[in-house]
Amino acid sequence: MKYIDGFRNSESEVAVSRQIKELASALDRQVTIMEVCGTHTMSIAKFAIRNLLPENIRLVSGPGCPVCVTPQGYINTALELAMGGKIIMTFADMMNVPGTKSSLSSIRSSGARIETCYSPESAIEAAVKNPDDEVVFLGVGFETTIGPVISIVSSACARNIRNISLLTSFKVIPPAMEALAADKELRIDAFLCPAHVSAIIGADAYRPFVAKYHRPCVVAGFEPLDILGGIKSIIEQVLKGEAKVENNYSRVVKDEGNPKAMSFINKYLEPADSYWRGIGIIPESGMSLKNEFSPFDAEKRFGMTIVNDEEKKGCRCGDVLKGKIVPPDCPLFATKCTPSSPVGPCMVSSEGTCAAYYKYSK
Amino acid sequence: MCLAVPMKIISISTDRATGSADFDGVKRDVNLTLIENPCVGDYVIIHAGFAIEKFNVEEAEKQLEIFHELAEAMEGQK
Ligand code: SF4
Repeated sequence: MKYIDGFRNSESEVAVSRQIKELASALDRQVTIMEVCGTHTMSIAKFAIRNLLPENIRLVSGPGCPVCVTPQGYINTALELAMGGKIIMTFADMMNVPGTKSSLSSIRSSGARIETCYSPESAIEAAVKNPDDEVVFLGVGFETTIGPVISIVSSACARNIRNISLLTSFKVIPPAMEALAADKELRIDAFLCPAHVSAIIGADAYRPFVAKYHRPCVVAGFEPLDILGGIKSIIEQVLKGEAKVENNYSRVVKDEGNPKAMSFINKYLEPADSYWRGIGIIPESGMSLKNEFSPFDAEKRFGMTIVNDEEKKGCRCGDVLKGKIVPPDCPLFATKCTPSSPVGPCMVSSEGTCAAYYKYSK
Repeated sequence: MCLAVPMKIISISTDRATGSADFDGVKRDVNLTLIENPCVGDYVIIHAGFAIEKFNVEEAEKQLEIFHELAEAMEGQK
């Protein structure tokens, strides 16, 4: 398709990377740019973007994959619900995320009822088809995914379906960027902002962050030219000593985002503190169901409490998610930890930083 | 997980809540309740079965043009 292939044009890529090199030669220091979106992480690895950049431009990956940041305690609770006879419905990426003792895929092979689906709407169908069972949908995701998932509650209310609920671990991006920017050890100079999260929240959503932390924020699409163009915009800002929000993905993202989707989300959910695997609690970085919808909140409905403990097993996902190390720095990378036998969640999801490095470093 | 592709709306239900969309010959049912005023012929970004935003063809053309000119300018410099 023209609007995909057009942004994968090698002549233009060479041109932009030459421009980046010229600009970067005027920098008096190294510039570290973090991407906070797993699809960016994948594209950067897939299209070998790092090879097109000069040495003083460093790209690090942040906590951009909702699966990777889903805490172990959440998986444990999902496993408990499944073993208690509930039908668990989930996006396929969640199947191999390790809990403390097992994963969804391992308990499914021993008989638990776990189904994967592409659209959350399938969970509604499952609830209708199995009126005597309880269906629990694993509600994980960033702003992009929250709307589609929360439509389960909207449909269930409209159709008076009572045997469905959500185990939520929704995450929102701007508070995570704040936590990372505030971490003095990390020294992130600028952010490449996610494409489809921004489609929902809008480029304006980063303005308060930029005003407070004075870091350039550029919204970019997922194609190589989008990413290179975003990096170029960031370096231009750094050279001018500026920090502002730029929207380089105007073919999808509006400054105000998608107000219809936002008001839909805000009808059912409210901000809440949230635990990010490997990082810990970040204030107001999640969303949970409002009290009036608590019958749809699986934790409340079944009297469960997610316990956020973390086992180490030598996995350094926490440092990978904060951009402190790159995956090959982890001693388990590609030895004990591979996509077919992942130790940590960063190796599980196809968009995890470790999985992206593994796949494209071969 | 947030991967999403632009697809073209090819039909819309009478209640305007759902429709079908096409990407290079691949057709898919889509939920249209999260976007404002969907129309047949619109390109939309589909994620988890939902259109999450419209795809603005004019903006895409503009951006492609900029990259195209850049490549030509560089070519000229060689
Ligand atoms: S390579 Fe494996 S063990 Fe190491 S940080 Fe990544 S996911 Fe964790």
